[in-house]
Amino acid sequence: RFIHKWGHSLLARISTHFTAFKAAALIQRWYRRYMARLETRRCCTWRIFQSIEYAGQQDHVKLHDFFSYLVDHFTPNSNHESEYEARKDSEMEKGSDYESIEVPDNYTGPRLSFPLLPNHATALVEAFRLKQQLHARYVLNLLHETRKHLVQLPNINRVSTCYSEEITVCGDLHGQLDDLIFIFHKNGLPSPERAYVFNGDFVDRGKESVEILMILFAFMLVYPKEFRLNRGNHEDHMVNLRYGLTKEVMHKYKTHGKKILKILQDVFCWLHLATLVDEKVLILHGGVSDMPDLELLAKLDRHKVLTTEVVSCEREGRAGSCPGAGSAPWAPPPGLPRGHRASRSSSIPCSCGPPWGPGAGRCRQQAGPPRAGRRGAPCPPRQKQVVDILWSDPMAQEGCKANTVRGGGCYFGPSVTEQLLQKYNLQFLIRSHERKPEGYEFCHRRKVLTIFSASNYYEVGSNRGAYVKLGPALTPYIVQYQANKETHRLTMRQRISRVEESALRSLWEKLFASSLDLLGEFKKHDADKTGLITLSAWAEAVESVLHLGLPWRMLKPQLVNSSTDNTLEYKSWLEDLAKEQLSRENIQSSLLETLYRNRPNLEAIFRITDSDHSGFISLDEFRQTWKLFSSHMNIDITDDCICDLARSIDLNRDGHIDINEFLEAFRIVEQSSTEGDTSDCPQATNTDNSGCSKPSKR
Amino acid sequence: MWRINLWEGTELVVAEFHKKIKDAFEVFDHEANNTVDVREIRTIIRSLGCCPSEGELHDLIVEIEEEEPTGYIRFEKFLPVMTKVLLEKRYRPIPEDILLRSFEVLDPSKRGFLTKEELIKYMTEEGEPFSQEEMEEMLSAAIDPESNSIRYKDYIAMMVVDDG
Repeated sequence: RFIHKWGHSLLARISTHFTAFKAAALIQRWYRRYMARLETRRCCTWRIFQSIEYAGQQDHVKLHDFFSYLVDHFTPNSNHESEYEARKDSEMEKGSDYESIEVPDNYTGPRLSFPLLPNHATALVEAFRLKQQLHARYVLNLLHETRKHLVQLPNINRVSTCYSEEITVCGDLHGQLDDLIFIFHKNGLPSPERAYVFNGDFVDRGKESVEILMILFAFMLVYPKEFRLNRGNHEDHMVNLRYGLTKEVMHKYKTHGKKILKILQDVFCWLHLATLVDEKVLILHGGVSDMPDLELLAKLDRHKVLTTEVVSCEREGRAGSCPGAGSAPWAPPPGLPRGHRASRSSSIPCSCGPPWGPGAGRCRQQAGPPRAGRRGAPCPPRQKQVVDILWSDPMAQEGCKANTVRGGGCYFGPSVTEQLLQKYNLQFLIRSHERKPEGYEFCHRRKVLTIFSASNYYEVGSNRGAYVKLGPALTPYIVQYQANKETHRLTMRQRISRVEESALRSLWEKLFASSLDLLGEFKKHDADKTGLITLSAWAEAVESVLHLGLPWRMLKPQLVNSSTDNTLEYKSWLEDLAKEQLSRENIQSSLLETLYRNRPNLEAIFRITDSDHSGFISLDEFRQTWKLFSSHMNIDITDDCICDLARSIDLNRDGHIDINEFLEAFRIVEQSSTEGDTSDCPQATNTDNSGCSKPSKR
Repeated sequence: MWRINLWEGTELVVAEFHKKIKDAFEVFDHEANNTVDVREIRTIIRSLGCCPSEGELHDLIVEIEEEEPTGYIRFEKFLPVMTKVLLEKRYRPIPEDILLRSFEVLDPSKRGFLTKEELIKYMTEEGEPFSQEEMEEMLSAAIDPESNSIRYKDYIAMMVVDDG
């Protein structure tokens, strides 16, 4: 650092050295600047992904009312819930679900028999590594056994390092089987000496969520004391509808997928909410609120929290602070949480008004008849505790405020953590829920550790994964990895370029989807109608339309091919955008843009509409759904337009639309989503001038 | 203290600089509270088009830091200092030909390349030496594994294109 001062005097004396020194210094200076620019690009790329993802999540939250209404409207069992519940229970217990399923002789995949033995679980790992698929019968059987096992377990799970000397905690996997296999390979398979805790979010987004679940459940049955699973916010059927698990299950198990999803929904509710190691380290998925109540947590009926998607109750209320659970009429028992839980039939005293009458709030925590109706019904403490645990994030500032980005849970500050640790005599907190570039991150003076195990989450090279090991001393030992050999061989420069490309593609899509709005904004900045706007105006306009909070000026070089530094011909820029994205001319671009923009929502909506998971919806259902959707979202597309479109897709004129075909027609289904291709769909359609062409095999 | 020339043209320029600096700062403001880690400030300054030496950076940071260094830099302190830097066009980037000449100085016999050992020696012993991580990163991209050397002319050409 002070070399340059020292160097100058030295240089004056040593003339031969002078030039080499100066030359080296120049090169280093130049190189450091180059690396800084790379680093900036990496950060920008990260920000792009994050903001698009969070924007998508917020979208989902906004649409929640609509989803609820749809679910009520289309779910056949919304009328007599108690009967339904009873029927469901007896079905589950009888196990009639799977015993009748025949496994064909030519099935070469893994076969399971119960009670499971360690080699069964290991065989599963190996089979999935070889890309085999487990037969539906075994899937259902395994899920039944899993459920039976989980029902007996407490909400808060206890593990001790006396029995297993080391405990490995893994974070979000999100369907990335490669990472799980890598962890087992590098750290060793689970055993009585090697305990594991998986901290939620096993599914969604990645393509092998089913396989991960099978492996995790199998090991849990084989080593019940040493292998534990915490629930994450993605272990939730409402979230699965939108983020990929539902789709994956239905695709891999066409005949029995529905059954699998039903029992999975239940299994998720029975997962642990938290794990306590040596009574000192608390492991849970998201975080805590400023009213942490482990006693309450230990006692509540966790399985009644079907979904933590309902957050509007809290949002309606005080925006600035966490609605407290302090109005509970019962006093929490003293001492540490005990392992018992209330029996299913007991009711938890609830402090908020008449909860379950007609027109009550939309808290779906019981399978009671929910009604899209009154806003602002206060949330029962049970729901809030679980939501907080699964959705909260730590923040650097003090205090505790509502987590508006996620739409649920809190942002909790260092003092909240401190309070929790002191109240229950804990050493630190391990949580997941947030992706970190290095796979882990400490905060709150190293009292909170975030661990995230899905490497290359956004794109190859985007981040590392990590897991943490705890020995009897409970000192965290972190192991990082990137489960993709390719990334090791790439230089940082190449890695960043690839990830950046991917992020930019997503951003272009979003920009395209808002072309009309953008044009309007640009015109506002071009009062003289010159066709040109300044860079500054461009940045302002784009932000005001997209609301992504991105540093547009930093991103400009990648988004705009402008020869002059300071002005942009906005019309031709928009045209260039369109050229890249539009696939066919005969569909109104505005309709296409709208569909593009609402793509993830549309898919989720269609899947809800297709209540029997058949993959088809009737034209009528489609029209109804569309009408509701467009009025809810204030979309200005005429019904006729949509009907024409629908009819043109229903090529065999039987009054049904294949969902995948429809979405595919607009390239809305993600390009890389399905291994299997459209030849699996029973209704093959041909290209004609119907306005949509059948996409070729991917 | 410094004074803005209230000439209209400069005002606009300053306003534009302010927005640029704000954007660059925000990229690294992970907690959205108008502060960044002091270790990131170097990157931010460089991302704004400046090419200072480590020594120059150190002096600049002293200006920007709090009297009692907290490990964080506040935007309010960063903005005026950085605006001045941009207005004065300090720390201009190094032109390609100067860079080439620097490599040639290290290659007096004009072979057109430097061996891996030579590069390591110069970069870690001369000038403002690289850390091991920096050295490894440069080697991974610069060294041609077959000849175990860096053909610096090609290297510069490649890096400059990439820089956009």
